[in-house]
Amino acid sequence: MTEESIQQVLSRYPHRRSALLPLLHLCQEEAGYLTEEALGQLAKRLDLSPTQVAEVATFYDLFRLKPGGQREVWVCHNLSCSLLGAEQVIRRLEKELGVSAGETTPDGLFTLKRVECLAACGIAPVIQVGADYYGPVSPQDIGALVERLRKE
Amino acid sequence: MSEKILTKRFEIAGYLGTIEEYLATGGYQAIAKALKEHTPASLIDLVRRSGLRGRGGAGFPTGVKWGFVPKDPGLTKYLVCNADESEPGTFKDRDLITRDSHQLLEGILLASYAIGCQTAYLYMRGEFIAGAVIFEQAIKQAVAHGFLGKDILGSGFSLEVHLHRGAGAYICGEETALLESLEGKRGLPRLKPPFPAASGLYRLPTVVNNVETLCNLPHIVLRGAEWFSSIGTPKSTGTRIFSVSGHVRRPGNYELPIDVPMRELIFEHAGGMRGGRRLKAVIPGGSSVPVLTDQHLDTRMDFESLARAGSMAGSGGVIVMDESTCMVRAGEIVARFYHHESCGQCTQCREGTAWLHKTLRRIDEGRGRKADLDLLLDICDNMKGKTICPLSDAAAMPVESYLKYFGDEFEQHVVEQACPFGSRDRS
Repeated sequence: MTEESIQQVLSRYPHRRSALLPLLHLCQEEAGYLTEEALGQLAKRLDLSPTQVAEVATFYDLFRLKPGGQREVWVCHNLSCSLLGAEQVIRRLEKELGVSAGETTPDGLFTLKRVECLAACGIAPVIQVGADYYGPVSPQDIGALVERLRKE
Repeated sequence: MSEKILTKRFEIAGYLGTIEEYLATGGYQAIAKALKEHTPASLIDLVRRSGLRGRGGAGFPTGVKWGFVPKDPGLTKYLVCNADESEPGTFKDRDLITRDSHQLLEGILLASYAIGCQTAYLYMRGEFIAGAVIFEQAIKQAVAHGFLGKDILGSGFSLEVHLHRGAGAYICGEETALLESLEGKRGLPRLKPPFPAASGLYRLPTVVNNVETLCNLPHIVLRGAEWFSSIGTPKSTGTRIFSVSGHVRRPGNYELPIDVPMRELIFEHAGGMRGGRRLKAVIPGGSSVPVLTDQHLDTRMDFESLARAGSMAGSGGVIVMDESTCMVRAGEIVARFYHHESCGQCTQCREGTAWLHKTLRRIDEGRGRKADLDLLLDICDNMKGKTICPLSDAAAMPVESYLKYFGDEFEQHVVEQACPFGSRDRS
């Protein structure tokens, strides 16, 4: 994280603490997860106690405190997706990737995650990987989808 | 076919939402008109007369909310656009952001001018990765064209807009939790009063408006309050984007007059039920609101009609379930969600959501006890109206309604110690 990018974030807010979430996002984009070191540096940079940073980093689901796969595969298991077979999709993904939801593949490529509503119920059941949405997906689509993601 | 207003540009072939396309289709004419013809006070009055109500969930009249903001010009004020769209079953704001972001920016400009704010934030849920890129790009284009920045169109009015990304917390859709999050804290809702209009972001007067609410503003300014209020009912005006999902043939977003009958929405626009099955239940306004049944199909979707039917218009997320749906399982999924999302601040919610989930899960798995149905109602009773924010009520109300309309199904699960639908579909 460059000083310039930090300054750019800080310039948006009248109070430094508001920069915490954006800077946590930046740290995570760089290292893949929030390292202890990064959290410590952020606390110093924003004049916050380590606890004030830690409580925020642990409150929000998108922040990772441990290393994970290069890419996260999010599968919605909320109501609209479940009505149309999300659980079958998750089972097929687990089989295809060889891990349970919440785990990372041994090759370090993917972390499979059950997530709550992604605001894409119009294409339920839905999978989100990075900025991309895949849906409606059926268990039969999973093999080809995983293949495609591996190649990207 | 009724006229589309907020989604009309979605129908232009190849429309990508660039500023050039937006300008070529009448974009930014409303802010030009407002800056020339309206004072902030007359703009607030216009929106009040239009009858526009918040589209995020609570349905509070937008112009009235703006009117609560102190007029003292020496006081810094903030506009915050709530783009944390997370209510299960709702997916309209994501479309509005990604497909016509300048319409939203123009709405932000108008609201900011009305309340006298010079810095606005858009709080977007962290999962909207594409949406964030598109919105940042739109801000840059608007700055480059002089619609954002200092002395906009020579009017003396200045505005900066910043994107602030959330990081995965449903509770941050609650406006005071959102403000806490924007201040760099955990998303714990604040006690109200004071309301944000008096003490919001950084304890300064703040208006929090939903994406869809703001997108209505350019149209109200250009076409007038009377035009807007001629759509819908006297108390629920304009159109609404209904997000229809579940067991329908054509799930998707449908912008329709706000008082469209539920039957027309589901059976005409969303194509009716899949596989010719019978409709069993409809959640009409996101997973937080009480469920309705096929007995309610002639209910209109406006705020008052749905309230009279015992439910709420909520966020406009319509989840349709057919006769093959196990309502215990549906209830368990919804309860699991609120359990996961409770911020843990209030005991009734933290404990209640956990107990609801645990009890529903046991019934669903065929381990339910006779006393569990009463237990569920007792838990709900202890959760409602007793907490800082409405998440606790949002978790309890659906469960009560599932028991009210589908109590037999719950009893059958307990008596047979199994799901009569065989839909035990878990990992």
